[in-house]
Amino acid sequence: MKRILMIVVLLTMGGLQLSAQTKSKPKPAAKGAKVSAAVMTNGNKIYGQYCLSCHMADGGGVQNMNPPLNGTSYVLGDKTRLIKVILNGFSQNVDIDGESYTNVMAPHNFLKDQEIADVLSYIRNSFGNKASGISVLEVKAVRAKNKK
Amino acid sequence: MNRNLLKYVLAATLITSVASFYALKSDEGVKADPDNAGLKLPEGFGALKVAETGAKARHLVVTPQGDIYVKLAKPKDGKGILQLHENSDGKAQLTGGFGNYGGTGIYLKDGYLYASSNQEVFRYKLNDQNVVLSPDQPEKIVTGLKMGRQHETKSLVLDNDGNLYVNIGAYSNSCQVQDRGYQSPGMPGCPILDSAGGIWQFKANKLSQSYGDGIRYATGLRNVVGLDWNQQNNQLFVMQHGRDNLNSSWPALYDVKESAELPAECLYALKKGDNAGWPYLYYDQIQHKKIVAPEYGGDKKKEADAKYLDPAVAYPGHMAPNGLLFYTGKMFPEKYKNGAFIAFHGSWNRAPEPQKGYFVVFQPFKDGKPSGDWEIFADNFSGTPEKAAAGRADHRPCGLAQGADGSLYVTDDSKGSIYRIIYTKK
Repeated sequence: MKRILMIVVLLTMGGLQLSAQTKSKPKPAAKGAKVSAAVMTNGNKIYGQYCLSCHMADGGGVQNMNPPLNGTSYVLGDKTRLIKVILNGFSQNVDIDGESYTNVMAPHNFLKDQEIADVLSYIRNSFGNKASGISVLEVKAVRAKNKK
Repeated sequence: MNRNLLKYVLAATLITSVASFYALKSDEGVKADPDNAGLKLPEGFGALKVAETGAKARHLVVTPQGDIYVKLAKPKDGKGILQLHENSDGKAQLTGGFGNYGGTGIYLKDGYLYASSNQEVFRYKLNDQNVVLSPDQPEKIVTGLKMGRQHETKSLVLDNDGNLYVNIGAYSNSCQVQDRGYQSPGMPGCPILDSAGGIWQFKANKLSQSYGDGIRYATGLRNVVGLDWNQQNNQLFVMQHGRDNLNSSWPALYDVKESAELPAECLYALKKGDNAGWPYLYYDQIQHKKIVAPEYGGDKKKEADAKYLDPAVAYPGHMAPNGLLFYTGKMFPEKYKNGAFIAFHGSWNRAPEPQKGYFVVFQPFKDGKPSGDWEIFADNFSGTPEKAAAGRADHRPCGLAQGADGSLYVTDDSKGSIYRIIYTKK
């Protein structure tokens, strides 16, 4: 009986831990720049031109190759890190939310600050994502530091 | 009352067991699943799901004794090679696993099982029942091969003269200064080619070989995943994954439609010393020409130097040929004999155009040369045409193997299903 009790306790603890883990997923920032329809329209246009061929129309990416953009910590989390992905590209050997992706993303530093701000704001508010927008000033600041 | 009930129960049990015994009897032998495992096949063929491994199942081999060795892209529970055994009905269960490395290549030849990680090739001695003798003590045949983030897999095959052929994929799309970059030019005299972007030949029985011991058998091949030895004319055939990003890197030259169709996925018949021309050219299957790559001064029309190898067959772009198998079995009708099956894993770089592939193609051959038009042999791995078009396939065909009875096996590296296609018409 004692043993059964132990098991029940352990299972419950495990369950709690599990639910705690799922809760610790990146939360989109509640406040921040509101994304206008004009930004979404322009962001969509830039996405179609430079992003869609790898990340797909639904933002779901390609298994083992190109990471998805929906619900991932890279997109919804730290803005500076996200802006740097656009400026510098991405070819690090890291797991993104438990999966690895092999394709190389080239730097997209040829995009203007406004274009980067719009496409990132679009991505953060498409494919089921809901997060604050990214402003031109934020992009400008990251690019200035990125250069030195 | 209770006694009567007991009698009924006993009688019912007896009838059920007798019935199931007879059912079992009549079911003896390999039978297609009622839904052909979800596949669409030519008339007279059927398919069954041999197993669901839940792992990234890449290439596989099947022994005459009904053991299946499957190479996994990523080890599952620490095992990079799964071992399964088939029951008499064709369904298999997991019997073991070994090799703590991920990879793609696996091949069975002359009493040895060869398998590759993304940098090395190992071999395992088999007993007379084709069972691996010491799963934890393989011989290391090749070591220190280059591995980039992309095209990292090392597919392999053996000839009949004790040689091993290993693909070393180019860790680049088109050898640009900035890989996959916007209008980034090609590196002059592509330096990647000295140690990748080709097929290397090694001795099948010599330990710890690396670049210095091997021969660059063929070069100018961006990445090969499916390859096989043609027994009819004793020659290596490979399927190249063609380049990507014609539109995203060179939007002024290629629109999205052209970029989705071009370039071809090519089948090459290789001889020692051949050069298929990557990254300097690509094959345009619509113009039927070798075209200079935009990174190297191409304008979509300029033809490449004729010295480079022509493909034996050119297939539509981006379908990702991951498995090649010459069919030498007796089960399938005569037209399939010595022809090639090609597993097309399915595209991604056709977006926003509909994706293509996710099927197994049959390419007829005559006297060791392609002869006649290819056709889709096994389709609907994706589940529905819509899922294929969206690139959201349920299953993705990858490896091919032939069973001793002539069955065709296909792996799926998405969900880990193993399919077996049989000819059922009497």
